[in-house]
Amino acid sequence: MTALSSRDWGSLALCAIALIIAACLPLSSGAYNLTIGVTIAMYTVLATSWALFSGPTHYISLATAAFFGVGAYVTGIGIQHLPYWTLLPIAGVIGAVMAALVGLATLRLSGVYFVIFTLGLAEFVRQAITWIQNISGTKGIYVLTQITEAHIYWQLLGLAALVWLLGWLIGRSRLGFALRIIGEDEQVARHSGINTARAKILLFMVPGAVAAITGAILAPRYVYLEPALAFTPMLSFQVVIMALLGGTGRLWGPLVGVIPFTFLWEGISASFPNQTTLLLGVCFLVIVYLLPKGFVGLVDAARRRMRNSEGFA
Amino acid sequence: MTALLSLRGVTKRFGGLVAVNRMDFDVTEHQVLGLIGPNGSGKSTTLNLISGAFPLSAGSISLRGQPITHLQAQDIARRGIARTFQLVRLLPSMTVMENVKAGAVFGHRRHWGHEADAVAEAMLEKVGMGGRGHMTVGQLTYIDTKRVELARVLAGEPRVVLLDEWLAGLNPTELEEGIHLIRSLRDEGRTVILVEHVMDAIRSLCDRCVVMAAGTKIAEGTPTEVLSDPAVIRAYLGDDDA
Repeated sequence: MTALSSRDWGSLALCAIALIIAACLPLSSGAYNLTIGVTIAMYTVLATSWALFSGPTHYISLATAAFFGVGAYVTGIGIQHLPYWTLLPIAGVIGAVMAALVGLATLRLSGVYFVIFTLGLAEFVRQAITWIQNISGTKGIYVLTQITEAHIYWQLLGLAALVWLLGWLIGRSRLGFALRIIGEDEQVARHSGINTARAKILLFMVPGAVAAITGAILAPRYVYLEPALAFTPMLSFQVVIMALLGGTGRLWGPLVGVIPFTFLWEGISASFPNQTTLLLGVCFLVIVYLLPKGFVGLVDAARRRMRNSEGFA
Repeated sequence: MTALLSLRGVTKRFGGLVAVNRMDFDVTEHQVLGLIGPNGSGKSTTLNLISGAFPLSAGSISLRGQPITHLQAQDIARRGIARTFQLVRLLPSMTVMENVKAGAVFGHRRHWGHEADAVAEAMLEKVGMGGRGHMTVGQLTYIDTKRVELARVLAGEPRVVLLDEWLAGLNPTELEEGIHLIRSLRDEGRTVILVEHVMDAIRSLCDRCVVMAAGTKIAEGTPTEVLSDPAVIRAYLGDDDA
């Protein structure tokens, strides 16, 4: 780990100011804006942590819903027995262990098998919980707490700050460098001395834990939890689309994808409530074809053009 | 002289095909060993077996007397066996400097931070790419991609360097530069296994040669000895009465 430059301190200070301003939202705006704020904060956390692993390695994970749902159920079941604040770390540990097991089973395989496995995982956990509910005779879980929308928002904001800090630290670490090399050429990575399986599993545990904690934080918002809601595959797809729209090459990339997409999605859900899945697919195609590297790619290309034109001047 | 790297009965089968059949040879420290033979004789497969790209079907490999037969590629690299690839493999969207740092950070001797930068810069200088660390891979000429790959290998400070047809595809001027570069490795006392077709390079660089044909060792000795061996001439040119 190298020492911080003055530019690093500047970026850190800027992030801290932005977070403080964002934290004032519940104090200064109405219920609708706060709802949008929670959605943006939730997807920022999910998409940023997703990009920490899937960005450098190019392993597309569709398991976000699986971890999120498990986290939500940790709160749903645990709230009756344990204090709320203990449930978030428990959800994080369960998410990380689940991710490690998935990683052990799949990350030795090539990317395509990983994608299919992660999609199947969310569906498997959903079906397993549905089956358990059916044989036990319960249909869903009531999550009744005193936690308000503003509390959820502040918790998500704190989690986002943690994820950014973790991402920044990983980016400066050997593990971050190893992940980038793995994404470029896994065979070269192995022959350079990188334990590729261990590096991938370690980093895959981050989005696993973060998604589970996010689910645990969001559970009180749903009031009534059922598998179809907690494990919806739409969540996994939306996280991927938002991260790709923003771009995964920079830590701030997913955030600039989440904000416009959340508003776009609000518009689609309000105007075309029966065609949301279809329009999600269209959005995905448009982003992949027109913005393969997301907004980050556009910014990088503009910077390169500026540098080149300065070079010729 | 004790062997640094030893192969005993090394065999690799792909289904019914025996690509490498009971290979035995030793490489001593500071030695440049040429692994030569016609196309398809199993030279690159032997390098792949030493570097852990494939598991062995039978036999054993040891480094300084320690078995490395069942180790994975990353563990073999950490023990100090580093390789180039027959078709150059660089990390395409990283800079030249980052490519070389990959070796310095994760190789046999592991460096980090400014130390890794210094090692990478020194290795770039060594292969004739000094001051070009900021370049992207796409800007490099063919020989420069080979130089960068070699710098990545050397940056890990390996005990044994495996070069898989490093001189292939170079024009005469580049070839001369390439031979000069590999000779400098030899002069530094590095241990090198060279899979090569360029006879001039084999004659001037190798201390010893192992000749392979159809997966087996058919000759071993100094370059002069093996290149005048009738069995080797037959393997390269075929039988007169064939």
